[in-house]
Amino acid sequence: MSTTSSSTSQDQSRAFHARIDDALHNDQMRTNFRRALTGIMAHRAKQFPDDAQLQALRDQARAVRANSLVRQPELLEQLERKLTENGIQVHWAENPQQANSIIRGILQAAGAKTVVKGKSMVSEETELNHDLEQHGIEVIESDLGEYIIQLAEEPPSHIVAPAIHKNRRDVAELFKRFHPEIPYTEDINELTNSAREILRHRFATADAGISGVNFAVAETGTLCLVENEGNGRLSTTAPRIHIAITGIEKVVEKLADVPPLLEILTKSATGQPITTYFNMISRPRQPGELDGPEAVHLVLLDNGRSRIRVDAELLDTLRCIRCGACINHCPVYVQLGGHAYGTVYPGPIGLALEPQRIGLDKVGTLTSACTMCGACGEVCPVRIPLPKLINRLRAEAVDGHPGQAGLPGHGSLRKSTEATTWKLWRLLYSRPGLYRLFAASATRLRALTPSKLGGWTRYRSTPKPAPRSLRELAKKEGFGND
Amino acid sequence: MKKPDSVYYFATCLVDLMYPDAGLAGMELLRREGVRVLFPQDQTCCGQPAFNSGYRDDALAVARAQLACFERDIPVVVPSGSCGGMIRTHWPELFAGQPDEAKALAIAARTYELTEFLVDVLDIRLDDLGEPVRIAIHTSCSARREMGVADRIESLVGQLGNVEVLTQERKPECCGFGGTFAVKQADISGAMVKDKTDALRATGASVVISQDCGCLMNIGGAFEKQGNGPQTQHVAEFLWERTKR
Ligand code: SF4
Repeated sequence: MSTTSSSTSQDQSRAFHARIDDALHNDQMRTNFRRALTGIMAHRAKQFPDDAQLQALRDQARAVRANSLVRQPELLEQLERKLTENGIQVHWAENPQQANSIIRGILQAAGAKTVVKGKSMVSEETELNHDLEQHGIEVIESDLGEYIIQLAEEPPSHIVAPAIHKNRRDVAELFKRFHPEIPYTEDINELTNSAREILRHRFATADAGISGVNFAVAETGTLCLVENEGNGRLSTTAPRIHIAITGIEKVVEKLADVPPLLEILTKSATGQPITTYFNMISRPRQPGELDGPEAVHLVLLDNGRSRIRVDAELLDTLRCIRCGACINHCPVYVQLGGHAYGTVYPGPIGLALEPQRIGLDKVGTLTSACTMCGACGEVCPVRIPLPKLINRLRAEAVDGHPGQAGLPGHGSLRKSTEATTWKLWRLLYSRPGLYRLFAASATRLRALTPSKLGGWTRYRSTPKPAPRSLRELAKKEGFGND
Repeated sequence: MKKPDSVYYFATCLVDLMYPDAGLAGMELLRREGVRVLFPQDQTCCGQPAFNSGYRDDALAVARAQLACFERDIPVVVPSGSCGGMIRTHWPELFAGQPDEAKALAIAARTYELTEFLVDVLDIRLDDLGEPVRIAIHTSCSARREMGVADRIESLVGQLGNVEVLTQERKPECCGFGGTFAVKQADISGAMVKDKTDALRATGASVVISQDCGCLMNIGGAFEKQGNGPQTQHVAEFLWERTKR
């Protein structure tokens, strides 16, 4: 292990713990999260009254996604072909820099100065807004939640509800600051209407629209976009240019694959049987048509996905349809909120995906923020075994066989003190004779048990060994060995 | 499965040292049903702590040391959802491709969590001799999600006429133990167990029972530190105390 990686790993751990500390001391924010997530979980549960049906739908959704991943290379080729036939221009980006420069290039070539954006987590991966603003292009987020955090200059704290950490008073304060012309209100409907008014004007005047994609259908060359506010539809139809950006794993084989995914996505994400808007984009404006963009582009971003795909176990990560259900049900996320993770994707999917995408040496410590309770895996609509993946990443992070190929940062979190502790544990627990001696002394010397056990005793009393171990009691009570 | 003559009892490291009374109570319950309970003296730990920390080689070495203890083709009963889950779900993963994989798989396939075994295999009938009491049940996450046996504790307690079960808010939520998580992420764990203990205390129950001693050490330890709260007890001990003659 090189000194650089060890100092990086210490830094990331220290920084993570500092963010955790901040989050745990922010009572208002924790209350906001608890309230919001309790509501979302109840909404989701209501959508699935019949467990057998839910499980069948999960099987179906999982199969669709798994099949798409297996056939991904050919499906992507087909997608490109179909989109091109439809008049949509396809661009490939290996990394965030490439994606941003492609988008910037399109905008600059068209002389575009202002952009309205629909929600896109992939554009968060590439930090697109920042890049465009640096180059003098103004970006307005048109999703209400995204708009709020753009005003607050904060990153999203949740992949579906980016401003979930804010309560209505926070939002009212932001509007007061940035839109003093609007009368102060804490009424959510009034705030939403005000935002609509503000944004409507932007849609009408923007030079280009940028959006994400939920499913890209190879068979027909169709880009599907799921949303609730109509901002996605406006961003993709009102301006003269539409640029969609998405990860390469979003491709699915055929139109018939979409309904089960859509159904389980909206039910799992927000507890809605269907969202208010579902857009299927298949071509730019045709001669004689009155509206729609003149040019449509799709940027397909890899950003580590191809590397993840070749690992038979980690591949499952890519089935994700970004519903956020795992996040909503995570008992750690509800305590911390999204910003503490410090990555684009928080919560269980973040723990599983980000270290693979960015490297264990950079963000591998995230995997410690999990009790392995399994709540995430239980709700994931495409049955991603999230705890298993997190466990696998923990193992990779501390693996002592550096020769083995693996993820970036493989073995970088191995600390010799910890490794030694486990070696001693192993010695003790794999030699029955030695263990018996240990058990006998631990119970007899229980008075000497240290009264302070690190973080454990900050919140709990000290556990003390019993006066006699079970193995001694069992013998005494006549429970035989064999 | 028909009722076996004998079973192995895999106590788990935590029960052996910290909760032997709970372990013994589980064995007494089994014995009362006419089952011979074998306690292999060489058993230690299922390997879970190291496995969940990513130290798979060490986990494997310790898990491997258990194989010789449970060779006969009889059920292995474990008074813990998480250790039962480790054996049943994760041993197959841990031993994959190892020379002793077949042995590990065989043990995994005949491993039962204690309440699961009492209900599903022994179809135990309980006669409540205890005083009226109001309790809350904390279902361990492994029992609930990994082993799918969380409802067995409810059905056992349901047989006890003098026991009223109160339901805490957010019952399925994790208590924040998570093994080494409680040490590595002590403050998150502390926040979680605070929420859990608040919810349990608010029920007004005088006893909290669970299938897992890890959860009990966490929840019970927090009640003790906070200076008030229900008593905590493993389900086996609770059942045995109320039904022994
Ligand atoms: S991992 Fe599963 S539950 Fe989490 S966001 Fe992705 S699809 Fe949804």
